Amino acid sequence: MAESIQNNYVFSQKHLLGLYHCSADDIRYILEQAKNFREVLERPVPKVPTLRDKTIVNLFYESSTRTRLSFELAQRRMGADVVNFSASQSSTRKGESLKDTIRNISSMKIDMVVVRHESPGVPYFLTRCVDASIINGGDGAHEHPTQALLDMFTILQHHSDLYGKKIAIIGDISHSRVVRSNITGLKKLGAEVTICGPKPLMPAFVNALGAHVSYNLEETLAWCDVAMALRIQMERMGAVTDLFPSLREYHELFGIKRTHLEKYPDFIVMHPGPINRGVELESEVADSDRAVILNQVTNGLAVRMAVLYLLSGGIRV
Amino acid sequence: MEQAKIMTEEDLNRTYLRFAHQFLEPYDNPAQPAIIGMQTRGVYMGRRIISIIEHKFDAKPDFGVLDVTFFRDDFRTKLKMPEVKITEIPFDLYNRDVILVDDVLYTGRTVRSAMDALMAYGRPRSIRFCCMIDRGHRELPISADYVGLQIPTHADEEVLVKVKELDGEDSVYVLKGGGKYG
Repeated sequence: MAESIQNNYVFSQKHLLGLYHCSADDIRYILEQAKNFREVLERPVPKVPTLRDKTIVNLFYESSTRTRLSFELAQRRMGADVVNFSASQSSTRKGESLKDTIRNISSMKIDMVVVRHESPGVPYFLTRCVDASIINGGDGAHEHPTQALLDMFTILQHHSDLYGKKIAIIGDISHSRVVRSNITGLKKLGAEVTICGPKPLMPAFVNALGAHVSYNLEETLAWCDVAMALRIQMERMGAVTDLFPSLREYHELFGIKRTHLEKYPDFIVMHPGPINRGVELESEVADSDRAVILNQVTNGLAVRMAVLYLLSGGIRV
Repeated sequence: MEQAKIMTEEDLNRTYLRFAHQFLEPYDNPAQPAIIGMQTRGVYMGRRIISIIEHKFDAKPDFGVLDVTFFRDDFRTKLKMPEVKITEIPFDLYNRDVILVDDVLYTGRTVRSAMDALMAYGRPRSIRFCCMIDRGHRELPISADYVGLQIPTHADEEVLVKVKELDGEDSVYVLKGGGKYG
């Protein structure tokens, strides 16, 4: 059975490093609170002064549009002072180490750091360097907790509960951090997850992820309530270009097409963005009313506001 | 812990009835004032008053629900982050006469944040404030326009306004030693 948050529950996390570290109640609580932040976004003045005494640094070592913009907007909507840092325009190019960078930034009295880095574990490393709350905005192929939270939030707008729901995650599993956070989070709330993709894009110990594994798109789409397509991450494949023969072949075998929407009328289509049109999703699918992709982006703002709010607490119990 | 019941269900019903009349007194049209209940107990109080107006005057004033957590100035001094509750104001506030309803008026900080919060929704023509209990100890220059009962209290006492929907009874209690410094 689905459970609700226990009565004596207190949100007591200082950092958001990944959903692995969150209890099911933590996740439920964040999602519950995010609903009220969604409402703030609809107000005539969509701004609240809650974080006006906080300074937040967005430390992005890897390129990002959605996540960085979304975090920055969330921070500004709550009145925080925001400093942006991107590795390409900073002293990193002069050879400064990550630890030195963060310690320098933290001497400027900051309260929270949102970090994205290509190496897994960087957010955890930062918690040992500075006092500030650390929020993981994506570390390598490890976790991307706010993305998973916003995905769950979006699913909950269409289904009353995650318990027993069937979620299919399709595409480039091995390079994806979104999939790891999603499997962890969804399973904590009792959903069933199937990952689906070509064998070369599955990680080595695929069963260790704790999801069902399928290599057949038709079968997966017939089964699922939610189909989440992942982007083929060309930039991470680097020199290894023989993972699959061509993008066109990938689209033929694993792209979600209009015919699928007609054949299986129930599932909704999600995508963490950016979309490669004509690869993971046929263009018509991305624009159809079954796709909730832009809704995911709006929800991302609400979820991030909730996370920032909850982590900004002064005294912790 | 010592406790004293200072208002019974009957007392409260009489006061709700008085509030309904007081709210409407300045207006020819009973639907003119908009009533906004403050989370959590103020919402139920507001609904109670609305239902009296509906019943007796055959009019349905606009009703909204306000949560002021975001606008508070004291939440970081508390032990845990307060839970954010829903705010729902389904009408345009521009040029309206708004009556805020809350259970207890104490330091005045909640009302101050409520006024800030309301301004984020529009520019009402006037804001008035109604509370069931005024227990004194103001820290800001604020006073209520409609008061159920004024009682002098000590800082180590706590005033509890109970509503049937949440607490199973309509009543007001004063608790000794349960307050902020207790």
